[in-house]
Amino acid sequence: MSGADAIKPGETLLSVDNVSLAFGGVRAITEVSFDIRKSEIRAIIGPNGAGKTSMLNVINGFYHPNEGRISFAGATRARMKPYEAATQGIARTFQNVALFKGMTTLDNIMAGRTLKMNRGFFWQLLRQGPALAEEIEHRKFCEEIIDFLEIEAIRKTPVGKLPYGLQKRVELGRALAMEPTLLLLDEPMAGMNLEEKEDMSRFIIDVNQHYGTTIALIEHDMGVVMDLSDRIVVLEYGRKIADGTPAEVKADQKVIDAYLGVSH
Amino acid sequence: MFYRETGQYKTSYAADMAVFPILQDRIGVGLMLLVAAVGIPLFATLFPATGNFFLQVIMIPFLIFALAAIGLNILTGYTGLISLGTGAFMGVGAFACYKLTTIFPGVNIIVWILASGFFSCAVGVVFGLPSLRIKGFYLAVATLAAQFFLQWCFVRVPWLFNYNASGAIEVPERTLFGVALTGANATAMTRYFVVLAIVVGLTWIASNLIHGRIGRSWMAVRDMDIAAQLMGIKLLPAKLLAFAVSSFYCGVAGAMMVFFWYATGAEPEVFSIRQSFFILSMIIIGGLGSLIGSYFGAALIYIMPILLGWLADVSGLPIGAATIEHLRVMLTGVLIIFFLIVEPHGLARLWQIGKQKLRIWPFPY
Repeated sequence: MSGADAIKPGETLLSVDNVSLAFGGVRAITEVSFDIRKSEIRAIIGPNGAGKTSMLNVINGFYHPNEGRISFAGATRARMKPYEAATQGIARTFQNVALFKGMTTLDNIMAGRTLKMNRGFFWQLLRQGPALAEEIEHRKFCEEIIDFLEIEAIRKTPVGKLPYGLQKRVELGRALAMEPTLLLLDEPMAGMNLEEKEDMSRFIIDVNQHYGTTIALIEHDMGVVMDLSDRIVVLEYGRKIADGTPAEVKADQKVIDAYLGVSH
Repeated sequence: MFYRETGQYKTSYAADMAVFPILQDRIGVGLMLLVAAVGIPLFATLFPATGNFFLQVIMIPFLIFALAAIGLNILTGYTGLISLGTGAFMGVGAFACYKLTTIFPGVNIIVWILASGFFSCAVGVVFGLPSLRIKGFYLAVATLAAQFFLQWCFVRVPWLFNYNASGAIEVPERTLFGVALTGANATAMTRYFVVLAIVVGLTWIASNLIHGRIGRSWMAVRDMDIAAQLMGIKLLPAKLLAFAVSSFYCGVAGAMMVFFWYATGAEPEVFSIRQSFFILSMIIIGGLGSLIGSYFGAALIYIMPILLGWLADVSGLPIGAATIEHLRVMLTGVLIIFFLIVEPHGLARLWQIGKQKLRIWPFPY
């Protein structure tokens, strides 16, 4: 963590260097390089099947790239497991909500604190003294997140019963509970109505400004992407076709072709 | 009306995070413990004939089955790993306790009952290793292997039952402060108190584990293991811990079953696959992922058939003993199906819904 803390805003936090990923004969990602700077909102866009989610899976260790290197906070990593990504401060949300359905909102967010809690097994058996003190301390932190996301009323509701929009919000809360350095959001606004999208956009900006969290965002709503992000990477068929500020990307002929199609 | 938390303000997180945050619940649990620790023994002293029968045939086995059900519930209900090896893990506890107390007769039997849980725990961890790679029905089959292998050991390794000609565990007499705890001279009352103390204590510990970080990591693994890894939960340690704790509970239950329920001896046949299914059906009907459900399940599956038989006896209807037995089995089956149709999530969910209704009573919402 200290490695990531030493990096100042605007310096490179994560760099993806020439990464390729193939599943058997299918090339999901081909020689993609880009970087994410500390405290920015970086969008990854592209048509369906462009390899955006695969890219996130590579970053947080679900997939191991066949070629190329990834460095996070100055350390280049070899094959990394997802929980190691978690210890380094990478959190994420999923395209299809991946909450713990049988648990309450509060327990879901508390589960995000797992890595920060370290009282041993024998204190846990008793749930007294230090173990209880630790629970209370982390409960306080989770209550701040609950406040921040305005989900006080559903704190004790099992998340399986919540409407979709709220589930997405709880999932964001669970990721925030990890106090991540880098937060990966995979289509945080998919399937939402306009009002929910506006709320979610506001939360993303607030997270970025309030906690200083670096955010990598996959999203299909171009209006949202252009408004929120500082820089955008565009993928198509697993290759990078553009990289730059929203204005640059919007004007890029390759991007327009990828989205609108080219007449032959 | 009486079950309403209006006016009970929580002013600290500690109060809000209590296992029973509502005052009425705390009173209810207190009353239940009072009945178990004072009421029932008093009843048994006043009416020794029925009382001892009640302790020996209903209360002691009910508590022991509830403990085994809690053990399996930790694994299956909370962590989502199906096991068909419960009977075998209980057997490991029983045989470990038997070996320990015959090798070191000087140490108190209660110490050995609890220590035998650790043997079961170690065996459980070994058979839990495949759980990282396989899930669901496949894991059930892997635990089935544990069941058959261990059961084979109980019958074929004579060292385990001290080369007894009967091939069974013969429970020796063990005392605490001159009072016989096990063996033919131990009264049902003494055994009941020991069982009650152990079961209540271990239930409290299970509740502590489940409400803390470890319980959350188990449930996270159950509900969405991919996301759990991203929270920094390592799957193998979390699953193995569940196997360890679960087997510990089953082992203690198995040891108590032989030493405090059968009290004189037990055949290895007790720890067959039948026992595994018996416990599994308890947690499915009681409620997966619920401690109180484990008690409900044990009550329904174990006590109900006895009650039905007793009712048939009392009713004085002119039916033969064999017919009563058949009717009992049939009725039990019908009731199990009935409860599952009414609430597939088990009796614990019915209990919860009932409490919710009571809260808003007399209004519908």
